Amino acid sequence: MPEVTTAHYIFLSTALFTIGTIGVLTRRNVVIILMSIELILNAVNINLVAFSKQLLSINGQAFAVFIIVDAAAEAAVGLGIIIALFRNKETINADEIDLMKW
Amino acid sequence: MYAAFFFIFAGAAVGFAINLLIQRHPVYSALSLIGVMASLASLYLMLGAEFIAAVQVIVYAGAVMVLFIFVIMLLNAGEEERTQRSKLARQAGAPLLLILLSLVATVLYKQFPRDSMVQFGDFPGQTAPIGRLLFREFLLPFEVVSVLVLIAIVGAVVLARKEP
Repeated sequence: MPEVTTAHYIFLSTALFTIGTIGVLTRRNVVIILMSIELILNAVNINLVAFSKQLLSINGQAFAVFIIVDAAAEAAVGLGIIIALFRNKETINADEIDLMKW
Repeated sequence: MYAAFFFIFAGAAVGFAINLLIQRHPVYSALSLIGVMASLASLYLMLGAEFIAAVQVIVYAGAVMVLFIFVIMLLNAGEEERTQRSKLARQAGAPLLLILLSLVATVLYKQFPRDSMVQFGDFPGQTAPIGRLLFREFLLPFEVVSVLVLIAIVGAVVLARKEP
């Protein structure tokens, strides 16, 4: 078995980040787009915790706490926007939400 | 042992993440996201970040996902219809993704040569140092984040409120 190093965690983080980006770009359901954004934020957190371990510094974990708080706030506001949008347009399909398209 | 657990949980995280994209019904996607969160919490435990692992399970897999499921139920979101993807995306997508991942792997391998790879040392004592850091050095960011959360709460209530 190979030793697990920081590089492994960075690669995992890159893979999750890429999957999240693909989700944001390809899915049409607005709720799933928000979930993909959560996936991207999680990918960032892996990096922070892995480097915190490698550098033997607790700062990375404190920043991970900040990012988790940020993600929770973003989810609350995002879902509020989706509910307001659904009330006005009766759809959560990103293709049909083109009010501001010129 | 450590490596085996790492590959199991990392594979589970990536598998659940891919399942999140493949599933067409939002509830299944939400369940996959909970799987991703749980796998990542295990990885945090393996990294010695017990506090982050607990917060991950409580805040993400608990609170945030309940919010998601609640909204999915509220909107009664059905299955998403799938349109034909563009030809360019279908043909160029997979090779470009492969190129990106191999590029990242190469850069990582260059940045962390195998002989100088840093091994994880002992890293004891977690929750108390984090608290001390948050309330001493990071006191200002901590207070700013609390204001951010307050704004998010008020904003969510205002956005979701019924128009008078």
